[in-house]
Amino acid sequence: MFILELKNISRTVGDCVANDRINLKVKTGEVHAILGENGAGKTTLMNIIFGLVQPDAGSEIYFKGERTSIPSPRFAIKKGIGMVHQHFMLVRPFTILQNIILGVEPRNFLGLIDYKNARAEVLKISEDYNFKIDPDLKIENISVGMQQRVEILKTLYRNAELIILDEPTAVLTPQEVLDFYRIVNNLKAKGKTIIIITHKLHEIKEIADRCTIIRKGKFIETVEVCNTSEEDLAAKMVGRKVDLKIKKSEAHPGEIVFKIDNLNVENDKQLPSVKNFNLTLRRGEILGLAGIDGNGQSELVEALTGLRKIQSGSIKINGFEIGHLSPKEIYEHKLAMIPEDRQRRGLVMDFKVKENFVLQNISKAPFSHYGFILNRELVKFANSMMDRFDIRPRDIEQNARNLSGGNQQKIILAREISNNPDVLIAFQPTRGLDVGAIEYVHQELIKLRDQGKAVLLISYELDEVINLSDRIAVIVEGGITASIDQEEINTQKNIKEHIGLYMAGRSLE
Amino acid sequence: MKKFLLSFLCVLSGLLFGALILKLSGISPIEAYKVMWNGAFSRPSYIAYIIIRSTPLILTGLSVAFAFRTGLFNIGSEGQFIMGALSAAYFGYMFHFNPWIQIPLVLGLSVLISALYGGLAGFMKARFGVHEVISTIMLNWIALYFSNFMVNLEGFHKANTETTEFIQPASSITLLENWKSSVAGMSWFSRHEFLNEFFRPPVNAGIFLAIIAVVIVWIILTKTSFGFKLKAVGLSPEAARYAGINVKKKMTQSMMIAGGLSGLAGATHVMGVAKNIAILAAHEGYGFDGIAVSLIGSNTPFGSLIAGFFLGTLKYSGQKIQSALEAPSEVIGIMIGAIIFFIAIPVVFERFLKIWEKK
Repeated sequence: MFILELKNISRTVGDCVANDRINLKVKTGEVHAILGENGAGKTTLMNIIFGLVQPDAGSEIYFKGERTSIPSPRFAIKKGIGMVHQHFMLVRPFTILQNIILGVEPRNFLGLIDYKNARAEVLKISEDYNFKIDPDLKIENISVGMQQRVEILKTLYRNAELIILDEPTAVLTPQEVLDFYRIVNNLKAKGKTIIIITHKLHEIKEIADRCTIIRKGKFIETVEVCNTSEEDLAAKMVGRKVDLKIKKSEAHPGEIVFKIDNLNVENDKQLPSVKNFNLTLRRGEILGLAGIDGNGQSELVEALTGLRKIQSGSIKINGFEIGHLSPKEIYEHKLAMIPEDRQRRGLVMDFKVKENFVLQNISKAPFSHYGFILNRELVKFANSMMDRFDIRPRDIEQNARNLSGGNQQKIILAREISNNPDVLIAFQPTRGLDVGAIEYVHQELIKLRDQGKAVLLISYELDEVINLSDRIAVIVEGGITASIDQEEINTQKNIKEHIGLYMAGRSLE
Repeated sequence: MKKFLLSFLCVLSGLLFGALILKLSGISPIEAYKVMWNGAFSRPSYIAYIIIRSTPLILTGLSVAFAFRTGLFNIGSEGQFIMGALSAAYFGYMFHFNPWIQIPLVLGLSVLISALYGGLAGFMKARFGVHEVISTIMLNWIALYFSNFMVNLEGFHKANTETTEFIQPASSITLLENWKSSVAGMSWFSRHEFLNEFFRPPVNAGIFLAIIAVVIVWIILTKTSFGFKLKAVGLSPEAARYAGINVKKKMTQSMMIAGGLSGLAGATHVMGVAKNIAILAAHEGYGFDGIAVSLIGSNTPFGSLIAGFFLGTLKYSGQKIQSALEAPSEVIGIMIGAIIFFIAIPVVFERFLKIWEKK
């Protein structure tokens, strides 16, 4: 009845309890979601099931009713447990077939790899589950959605009966997500058991049968998904009631503050990446730029902030051309940015919190005097920011690395807003944040808008774009292919599917 | 505290490993370490020699550590040392000023030239993307052969030798050099036995310069906005660039300062100890030892100071095993290598500490 039973699973690292007496019962043939915020201990739990880490003494694991321990991934695979990590573990120059058989290559009598049998078997599995893959394509030439299928196929090829999927839809387009749902249903129909780790509530409603909620390393409860609303799930995950719907008033766009004309930018391989790009931003509005990852968004943002050379075109802020200025000069012209990768670009992780608040302004008064840093000014400023943005823990001497993702993002937000920008570029501002922090960031962005600033929101999360934006533009292959105004966002019923089609490259009809 | 304990464990393991090597070569480790200990601290002149020996190591260590804080691996300390030594020998011989002008002038020029030499590697990285490890290795050889070329230069080369002329007395930074051999000095020293022996070796002002350099570097790194930016570049070039810091300029500046520090090491060595330079068949290793010093001192200024003394002591006292016990001096090299090796794998010790803390 239960394929997997976990009793009293604990995992302690030093003083930190990642898992605290967690119980989990997974029925054979169900889709079981594990819901929890970032840092709640979901991934640790899955790593225990897959044998990557060992639980503390007193933990009990039962697989198909038998008491067992899982000392290594190899052992887990042998038992019939497969795992698909959030970041795929594929050899990019290898073909799909080579990737699937890697490590378990069938051999012929000469000891050479028996590709013929391997291909036949892979094709059979692919057909059984309707995967539609061509085993001879190289990984580097196939879409992310296809790569995910290869990962799942890999587990099936190794006869997995229980498949763990870690944040499976994080990297998929809306259309690919639908394909993914179909595949999960196929797997279920063939009797496979699936565990999905996620923090997306609608996804759980869509495909999961039951859901186990974990909070701060503790088991909260297991619920039947069909009897539980998204609001209930969210409340159980966070521990308090949360507003899933963003509350915002009508936008009142003012004068034009930011104008991009015919912008052309090349990527690192010197190929055109942003092509004849046009965009206009007014005060008091949030413009959402929807698009699939890799359609020129990174290059666009780097060009706008002076990190990447522009080939041609113009970028004007308050009518002033900033296209060829350095990052510092652009910053001083009141353009601020929340970068996509906060750990690499937004923060110096091994600097103290107080130092991260003044990365751009360290040489200026009041923080420096004749080149010497005035520590008390740093402390004063940092403390005021900590209070205003409720950053925790309230320890400005702590390295930024030691803070949670949400609090790290708050530091960046605080720093960028403190310069009183006219334009804020928010690039994936809630990536990897939990529900509470997402709510906070969204509210701050709306607050900025209401203060008459312009916000350019660039996000791969279509839901975020739709919920937050007053106007939406769609970027495909470096150019704007569609533009949707406020009225249409509010009235159009299938807005998500509508935009999804544009994102997938369907041109304007 | 934990870091200190870690360093201590690494050094201890190195010493134990060295003991093993000694044992294997048929020498009693206890005897050998005793010889080393006595050879380092039992006489005032030994201590003086250790100070002399440690001075360039502290400075080259500081040089490597400084560049490292900006995320650059300065393998070029060796070549910058040579440029500093060459400049000091050349200008120290050519100029004829009074010491109050001569010494600062010669020192300043030596530091400037080696700073430009170090900065060249930084500039090539910033401008053309040449990796500093490659360019500094090449620059080391260029410095070596350029120095050899200069040594043979007419008017600088000392006839019938492999060396250059000695620097002018006005260029010397050896302490009490003339007074030591004067009548008054000799009679004073005969009444102060400890100091008499201490000052017999060429004790020089280099150590004070090194300590001042350590303090200045510490101030730059911890108290100034310039150092703040250097560190930001070192820890996260992407974030620094986004924050409006001119990463390329900072890299060049950092390499210039690192070059200047290594050059100061070379200059003090010539002006305080050697008094001339010779044809080099191979690198002397002051710069390469600086890498080890920086590593042992965990890339901090004061760490470099302590580690410089430590390595200087080991190197000086290690020679004594050779004569006292007829042991191969290579053993000392192996031991130093082992200590550095153990420092390079701190993970092992961190684990060890963790297990130990649990119990």
